[in-house]
Amino acid sequence: MTAALVVGLLVAGGVYLVLQPGLIRVTLGFVLIGHALNSLLVAAGGMGFRAVSFIGTSHPDDAADPLPQAFALTAIVITFGVTVYLFGLARAGADDAPDEESES
Amino acid sequence: MNNLLPFVFALPLLGAGVAPLTRRSAWLQRALLLAVPAAVLVFAISLVAETRDGDVVTEQVAGWVPGIAIPFAADTFSALVLLVMAMLILLCSAFLIATGDERDPSVIPLVLVMSGGVFGAVVTADLFNFFVMIEVALIPSYVLITKSAQKAQLAAGRIYLMVNLFGSSILLGGVALVYAVNGSVQLGELAGAGSASGIAAFAGSVVLIALALKGALVPLHGWLPRTYPYTSPAITALFSGLLTKIGIYGLFRIVSVYFDGAESVQTVVLVVCIATMVIGAFGALGQTTMRSILVYSTVSQAGYIAVGLGFFGVTGLAAAIFYLLHEMIVKASLFLSAGAVETHHGTGQINRLGGIARREPLLGAAFLIAALSLAGIPPFSGFVAKFTVVRAAMDEQQYIAAGVAVAVSLITLLYMLKIWNAAFWGHESSDRSERVVSSGGGTVAVTTASQVRIATPLIVPGIVLALVTTSLGLGGEFLLSLAETAAHGLVDSSTYVEALTGR
Repeated sequence: MTAALVVGLLVAGGVYLVLQPGLIRVTLGFVLIGHALNSLLVAAGGMGFRAVSFIGTSHPDDAADPLPQAFALTAIVITFGVTVYLFGLARAGADDAPDEESES
Repeated sequence: MNNLLPFVFALPLLGAGVAPLTRRSAWLQRALLLAVPAAVLVFAISLVAETRDGDVVTEQVAGWVPGIAIPFAADTFSALVLLVMAMLILLCSAFLIATGDERDPSVIPLVLVMSGGVFGAVVTADLFNFFVMIEVALIPSYVLITKSAQKAQLAAGRIYLMVNLFGSSILLGGVALVYAVNGSVQLGELAGAGSASGIAAFAGSVVLIALALKGALVPLHGWLPRTYPYTSPAITALFSGLLTKIGIYGLFRIVSVYFDGAESVQTVVLVVCIATMVIGAFGALGQTTMRSILVYSTVSQAGYIAVGLGFFGVTGLAAAIFYLLHEMIVKASLFLSAGAVETHHGTGQINRLGGIARREPLLGAAFLIAALSLAGIPPFSGFVAKFTVVRAAMDEQQYIAAGVAVAVSLITLLYMLKIWNAAFWGHESSDRSERVVSSGGGTVAVTTASQVRIATPLIVPGIVLALVTTSLGLGGEFLLSLAETAAHGLVDSSTYVEALTGR
């Protein structure tokens, strides 16, 4: 349940920001959505198993599923790359919100 | 043979890595840009030969146990798609070189990374890797579309980025849900999962929605005409031939393997595709530049391709596969011919062009052939494609789909004639000839864009693809039998699944 709430909250915040004018806000919105998806990925492995998933360190029945963690890691890298590119675009002048310019 | 499968993904990436090292020599760079797709093309031809009987080539990377290893698989369907994609990239690269776009140092690596991504997406057999490959293909496209800093391009690039990021987020969410429900993302392990339980079907449909967005099916098509016309012509051709089609390829794969062609999915696909055909065609009628007409037409044709998925029989899918390959070839030919005109005359506004066919008979012929093929006039491949789609619809007693397909092909003819009449036929447009007179001062000959002939390298790629569509029309039987084998592999995905799971 906690995972569902976290994901829902993050997506709601992310979508709200994506719909705002200004590329910086949009970028932050995608960062939030990215976090939501990473939580979703980790939750997909089952929230009940929390032990270290190395052989010999914990009982296989308690060990966390390592595959979704690897997925999340990949997704984090992709989100990170895209975030950097979006910030680069905002810097290059694709930020079309006029009020944004005067604020900063 | 199967050991080479991961290299269709790795080779272009390797090429992209090497590209900056060859910066000193323009020739070496061009050779690299052409050699990589050419190598993949050769490999794809041998792959088609290998899988022509419906065999599946699989590779579990590093020899791990199936289910744990990173799987790659190619059946007839993926081999055919790989073949056409490699051909498109080769010809679009030749066009890029002809327009001089490749002199920008970032273009060659970006195009190579993008092709690596789409090749990888075609041969991967893992849903999560499919997502990653699509991202690998999309991220260079973000850069390519926003690269030159014109305002219109930046705005278009921004829409493109937002929509595709959102689509990728949905896709990733879908993959996570699929994993949560099924405990695996390997397509072999997922076989038939979508028709087994409602919650698995829900997870799969999230993936389908994301792929429909990438493939620009109505109602998720709005972003395509707002973005694709604003990049350089060769890039539009590449995007339309590769990136939207990879979404459609994914739809085929997921519906056939994950859903096993479940009835409920078929109905949705049918409704969506009929709407896509009609809305895309009407959108094309209202446009005034060559490329925006063609981009709307891409939307409309996507409906034609996927409508066969809604019948999900061997005839329906064979028609859909044939249509997919035909559309990739013809649309690229049209984009490249239109791009040659646009590069030369500096505008794609059809009312500012005119009489091109008289000055450039070869280019005119190539465009006319591709246009007629798109509309489905014999003896070109479009006729075979449309005919098989309509026949499959009649077989399945989907008379509405058949009727709409025929009616929309008339509209297709209408909007292609709109380009032809305004830009290629008739007289040179008045404002151009005025300019010649006023600047020429009567007797002095002035060389303007309309008097210089379009450079041959710009025309050749379009002509080659027009020849391909003609030969696929005349010798349609050959490709159709391959498409039928591929369709058998999709309708009954057990060979694909067995090869993947090793069971």
